Amino acid sequence: MKKKSFRGGVHPEYAKDLTSEAPIKTLIPPTEVIIPLQQHMGAPADPIVKKGDYVRMGQLIGESNQVLGAKVHASVSGEVMAVELRPHLTGRSVRSVVIRNDGQDTPAFLERNCDPIQLSRAAIRNRVAEAGIVGSGGAAFPTVIKLSPPDDISIDYLIINGSECEPYLTADDRMMVEYPEDVILGAKLLAKACDAERIIIGVEENKMQAFHSMHKHASSHGIDVVLLDAKYPQGGEKQLIKALINREVPSNGLPFQAGVIVHNVGTALAVTQACRDGMPFIRRVVTISGAGVNDPSNYWVRLGTPFKEIIATAGGFVGEPGKVLAGGPMMGLAQFDLDVPVIKGTSGITVFRREDSKPLDPMPCIKCARCVDVCPAYLLPTRIEAYSMNAMWDESVEYGAMDCIECGCCTYICPSKRFLLQWIRLAKNEIISAKRRQTE
Amino acid sequence: MSQLIVSPSPHVRDEDTTQKIMFAVVIALCPVWIGSIYFFGFDAIRLVLLASLAAVATEAVCQKMRGKPITIWDGSALVTGMLLGLNVPPTLPSWMIILGSIVAITIGKQVFGGLGYNPFNPALVGRAFLVSSFTLPMTRWTTPFDGITAATPLALGSLGVEYADLFFGVIPGSLGETSAFAILIGGIYLFYRGVLDYRIPLGYLGTVLVLTTLLGQDPVFHLLAGSLLFGAVYMATCMVTTPITPRGRWIFGIGAGVILVVIRLWGSLPEGVTYSILLMNALTPLINRWTRPRIYGQGVKTSA
Repeated sequence: MKKKSFRGGVHPEYAKDLTSEAPIKTLIPPTEVIIPLQQHMGAPADPIVKKGDYVRMGQLIGESNQVLGAKVHASVSGEVMAVELRPHLTGRSVRSVVIRNDGQDTPAFLERNCDPIQLSRAAIRNRVAEAGIVGSGGAAFPTVIKLSPPDDISIDYLIINGSECEPYLTADDRMMVEYPEDVILGAKLLAKACDAERIIIGVEENKMQAFHSMHKHASSHGIDVVLLDAKYPQGGEKQLIKALINREVPSNGLPFQAGVIVHNVGTALAVTQACRDGMPFIRRVVTISGAGVNDPSNYWVRLGTPFKEIIATAGGFVGEPGKVLAGGPMMGLAQFDLDVPVIKGTSGITVFRREDSKPLDPMPCIKCARCVDVCPAYLLPTRIEAYSMNAMWDESVEYGAMDCIECGCCTYICPSKRFLLQWIRLAKNEIISAKRRQTE
Repeated sequence: MSQLIVSPSPHVRDEDTTQKIMFAVVIALCPVWIGSIYFFGFDAIRLVLLASLAAVATEAVCQKMRGKPITIWDGSALVTGMLLGLNVPPTLPSWMIILGSIVAITIGKQVFGGLGYNPFNPALVGRAFLVSSFTLPMTRWTTPFDGITAATPLALGSLGVEYADLFFGVIPGSLGETSAFAILIGGIYLFYRGVLDYRIPLGYLGTVLVLTTLLGQDPVFHLLAGSLLFGAVYMATCMVTTPITPRGRWIFGIGAGVILVVIRLWGSLPEGVTYSILLMNALTPLINRWTRPRIYGQGVKTSA
């Protein structure tokens, strides 16, 4: 079978076999959940509960009338202990609702539909918004916004992203193996909601069990399941679109401008659960893996569960931990406080041992151009790095800093162990804040 | 509990390092060095060792004077020394090769800021210095094995030289340049090691082959005689001084090929590898600027 691919990218050690055969177990909900009112890319929600209130599982606790807002729900039933700033995996403190779990899981779900595909386009969109669904692949963009492109745009492809190119993570893989019918129903609901003509599901070749599982269930629905080269960042939206249908998203644009909408496998599953079972986005599959944890596995985790609970359930640390990452090793955020909770975009926790977390000492750039060869956005990362180090922001823009997708391939491949991406991020931040100052 | 380590993503890195790359070049130069010892005997050991030692020592002294950390273990000065040592005639006096190495590292590399910042290939800077300062010793060639003074095939023209002798290196010439066979072994290793980008050598050699054929010359002779192959595999592929864009690398190779043919056929020098590469080194920043790749999504219109 011919595999689809894109230009650039790297082949890190995937280490997926640590958890790829681990069925998704249910993590016992903790005695206290911390639910941040910001769990996605966009505006934070405002709390609609206060200390002392009793909330039920699935009850709305945060709401936003901003365009990029997303609703937030209680993931357990119990008493609201506090609405206050709590550590968040971005490193900041975020206003969060702390709920003491009464262990009853008394539900307050939305209405069920035994045949959700009969729902109208508007009803699906509405349900997706009501359930607070955001992209579960990591960037956590509100799903309903993606489903509502401008009226003059016609969407011909809905792509379901099952590539899961980030090393260690197997959450999407397991969902495709264990819930193929629900993923496909979710894909059909999403396609209906954005009027997409065709559905393609892309799966990387290192997940053959998931590929066969999806293929078996998708063919009767006229959905294509396509095998992708196992290469990072195959799951980047722009790279996935290029690989599957050979289109490019315009610079600074969004996929709908190429007539495509991309959703993650986990998002499709959440849509099914919202539309059919009436369940808001209150739990997700989290992979816990890495050499630094005793029993790597996959879990259904209630949102708001602190990292330390998951690490403890997975057998605790092996020796002394070095790094604990929210996500995988290529794009994950290193944590310093294990009280941070799982949020909607947390697809995994990766734990490195102390000896695998050695600090690096960068050497001068020798212009080997490996960063140029691997950049999936076709940039010259070494040039942008040099401009950024010299505070040359105009040149950084000219060389495409804003087109950087922050995949980290340049930094991964650099033989001089330079922090290329970090310098490019700095340039992006400087450029964005300069623009903001100009408009003010 | 002990503190967790926080650093920006990505948290995993490829295993290859700049030091490993430099030592890969050292390994790739070994067949060439062994070949030169076979053909030219002790002089090959003497010149390459002296050049390498002088280069590494100069690097250390320069870094000490600049108050920078001593980084001689990165292997880059060793590479420069070996390249220079293999690029001189076997009869060159010892003090000259030492001086050449000192110039290569100071003027060719450290004055620009050291590793990664030199615009010109340091070994070629050293060689150009030696050729212009000590023209006679730098062009006093000897035959392999018996060491009788003789002219190089390039200076004589193609008459009376067997291709096999050219290929295996049984000809007068600089220590490392004579044996195409040994150079190819090193080149193939570098290619499979992922250190050598094929575009520059192919563009360089291909241009020379095509142009010499068109101009009625013997292309195989031009390929094997002189230091073209050595230059194409070890000098024109120096990462620091060549373009970073794929198209730029083709342009670099082709440009060097054109300059080489012009010097060989119409210039007053019999050989032009050094200057063809140095001239293209000078153009590298401009080539990088002209050959920026199209960025993903640029020039793409919204499909309605």
